[in-house]
Amino acid sequence: MARQLPGKDVVIIGFGWTGAIMAEQLTDAGLEVLALERGPWRDTPTHFATTFAQDELRFYWRHGMFQEASHDTVTFRNNEEQMALPMRRWGSFLPGNGVGGAGVHWNGQTFRFLPSDFVARSHNEERYGRLPEEMTVQDYGVTYDELEPHFDHFEKICGISGQAGNVNGERVEGGNPFEGMRSEHYPNPPMQMTFSQDRFMASARQLGLDPFPGPSANMSRAYTNPLGMQLAPCTYCGFCEKYGCGNYSKASPQTTIIPALMRRENFVLRTHSEVIAIEKSADGSRATGVRYVDSQGDEYVQPAEIVILAAYPLQNTRLLLLSGIGEPYDPQDGTGVVGKNYCYQVMSSVNVFYDDHYTNEFVGAGALGAVVDNYNGDNFDHSGLGFIGGGYIACWTTNTRPIESHPVPDGVPGWGSEWKQAVRENFLKTTAVGLHGASMAHRSNYLDLDPVYTDRWGRPLLRMTYDFTLNDRLLTAHITPFVEEIARGMGGREVKVNRRRGSYDSKPYQTTHNTGGTIMGESPSDSVTNRYCQSWDLPNLFITGAGLFPQNAGYNPTGTVGALAYWSANAIINTYLARPGPLVQS
Amino acid sequence: MNIERRRVLKTLFLAGTALAAPQWVFGREYGRGQGVPWEPLTGDIPYHGTLEERFFTSQERETVAAVFAILIPSDEDGPGAAEAEAVTFIDRQLAGFYGAAQHWYMKGPFPKGAATQGYQSEHPPAQLYRLGLRELDLHCEREFGVPFRRLSEDDRHSVLEGLDNEEIEFTDLSAKTFFDLMLENVIEGFFSDPIYGGNRDLIGWRYVGFPGARYDYREFVNHNGARLDLPPVGLMGRPAWVRN
Ligand SMILES: Cc1cc2nc3c(=O)[nH]c(=O)nc-3n(C[C@H](O)[C@H](O)[C@H](O)COP(=O)(O)OP(=O)(O)OC[C@H]3O[C@@H](n4cnc5c(N)ncnc54)[C@H](O)[C@@H]3O)c2cc1C
Ligand code: SF4
Repeated sequence: MARQLPGKDVVIIGFGWTGAIMAEQLTDAGLEVLALERGPWRDTPTHFATTFAQDELRFYWRHGMFQEASHDTVTFRNNEEQMALPMRRWGSFLPGNGVGGAGVHWNGQTFRFLPSDFVARSHNEERYGRLPEEMTVQDYGVTYDELEPHFDHFEKICGISGQAGNVNGERVEGGNPFEGMRSEHYPNPPMQMTFSQDRFMASARQLGLDPFPGPSANMSRAYTNPLGMQLAPCTYCGFCEKYGCGNYSKASPQTTIIPALMRRENFVLRTHSEVIAIEKSADGSRATGVRYVDSQGDEYVQPAEIVILAAYPLQNTRLLLLSGIGEPYDPQDGTGVVGKNYCYQVMSSVNVFYDDHYTNEFVGAGALGAVVDNYNGDNFDHSGLGFIGGGYIACWTTNTRPIESHPVPDGVPGWGSEWKQAVRENFLKTTAVGLHGASMAHRSNYLDLDPVYTDRWGRPLLRMTYDFTLNDRLLTAHITPFVEEIARGMGGREVKVNRRRGSYDSKPYQTTHNTGGTIMGESPSDSVTNRYCQSWDLPNLFITGAGLFPQNAGYNPTGTVGALAYWSANAIINTYLARPGPLVQS
Repeated sequence: MNIERRRVLKTLFLAGTALAAPQWVFGREYGRGQGVPWEPLTGDIPYHGTLEERFFTSQERETVAAVFAILIPSDEDGPGAAEAEAVTFIDRQLAGFYGAAQHWYMKGPFPKGAATQGYQSEHPPAQLYRLGLRELDLHCEREFGVPFRRLSEDDRHSVLEGLDNEEIEFTDLSAKTFFDLMLENVIEGFFSDPIYGGNRDLIGWRYVGFPGARYDYREFVNHNGARLDLPPVGLMGRPAWVRN
């Protein structure tokens, strides 16, 4: 029997980046907020102190902080002909677990999507004509201009280091000329670039492109954020992506929000509390709270007036499906919405190998890089190209952690003396230029519940059916040659082109940018939430995260994820609380 | 068994990672204005695979050492898996949670997957080694009349090539899966922090020039393509700090 607990104003499912943002905003508005997190407590001195944070084996290869696959994973297949099999250990992406979620071990590459990304269907159809039938691309229902103040706030919370390109319509030299208009500069100057970025920028300029420093959540100097949290200058330690920062230099829930939140009387967090369902009223018109299990296996029902689903896109989708909220997507006839438009990120890269120069990429940081946006979004003419969207081209210097990164030139075998020597010769003398491409929604890429495999409580795992689409292939085939051209201009001995080939492979790490499944939009017939991230079905249920994206843009998601969370919190506080009910009439 | 102990065991079982961090498995409440909690003796220090546990029999150990020595050889260019003691590394790993796939999803069924679906063996790593090593020897005895560890270096090389290229197949498990796991593990054993038993005296890091777990490189950001030559440091410092 589940134990019935006293009610709360708000219960938040998952305490990662967006759970923390929501908790901060809603407690600030005076509400009693409870966050339930399935993983453990995590803080800087206890869990990733500089005396043991730089442990490649433990944190990356043994998945020290990621979702426990033994409890619950995702099954995967490339298409409906295949049987989906469980990802028995993580590969392509690394869902977070515990306080701070993936926000603890992200890189901090913090972009704003382009204005046209939010209106991907209407913008592209207006310019290029109708999209193919199977491309289920949609508009967000919210615009860049509406999100601008929230982007700005998230950047200040995080202390983003960057160079603005467009402040109030004024073009600023050295920034991204394609970015949407921003109301203010970044709170911190860009990070210091290294040799690889200098070469990349010089080569890009030579080609008439417009390179700019990557917007970074690694501090370029000491910084105090609007909540009074103090962050220290980044030390370029090279153990950033996939690791916690022991140095208070990477914006994470721990460094930017949680300490302030923990001082508020109206906030409570319970760890090791895994939500297994969202509870509905008998008439199915509203959420009444959540059901969760603690580490003893004891079950609880937690009533709440407002439920915030902030458990990362994969779990958000799964929890809706398990709770019977919203119609599951059916790829056969395109009806239903939950699980629809699962998208990812489509990458290719070019390695550059030097003879006489040392790139020393162990001097690196999660978001240390230089970027070119000329081939992103609709920043170039797509007429006759057969695809929409694009990607950014960047030279990031994040690490040379030796288990993970020891690229060797073409033609070197995978082991033995020749391999070993090639690793030694190139280890300190290589860099890479990458294409980080958009992923457009396609009818046959989606999420649903697996019919065979179950989690530790016996509930179905989430099933992912996903492969790269024609749009993805044309996109990377068109842009990768420009990546190569920049790389060749960087003065190395040779380059190695890693084209996008074959089907999506769930094994090698690519990015943890899983999007869609709980998309936002303009109508309940084609989306899970309205433009305020409010469920069309249950008006007191709000959803966060990149699952809201109807399709993925060419950028990393979290800048936009953060802005959407603030936008939604703002709608709850300023509109919903006064008159609880649907914020958009359907 | 007393209640308290049963309770602890139940928790350990449910929590999965519990062996790594028993102090955090209990669901706990934080907040109510009390600030960020602090407790003594809670540092989440590395633990797994740092102790002297062993999994292999002495024969198995010899065979794995022989395989590893082909994959990352000791040669004129520098030390290999042997000097790094990569076999000690994997021996300890297999004795612990990794060997048991405690953090992997290991529920069946186990149909053969597509290449894009990743590890689909029903065997956790330790068992995969045990069975794989047996099949490897059976194969070598059939083909050469001796187990793998008695083969000439050339023959060892060609057998491993056969596994890698899927020319040699085993009866009860995928030879390729076994080979891929050994390759992954020898690279880990050559390059992971020495606290795990491999990369002895930071030999792997010194060989490639990785300065290790240094944590502050601000004064080197402006290197402008120059060689830096920083001696490596591990989580335990470095050999030169220790006086005999
Ligand atoms: C290695 C890595 C690098 C990355 N780099 C970048 C980058 O450079 N730039 C960028 O923009 N993004 C990056 N990301 C992505 C970024 O981390 C995520 O976009 C962001 O953390 C998402 O926030 P979220 O709140 O949606 O999810 P999370 O921060 O992951 O939080 C979700 C939380 O919900 C909890 N939870 C899940 N299910 C339940 C349940 N049933 N009950 C209770 N709790 C539950 C989880 O344990 C987790 O703590 C990276 C991610 C990874 C893993
Ligand atoms: S690179 Fe900088 S921000 Fe990242 S973990 Fe190291 S010190 Fe922290």
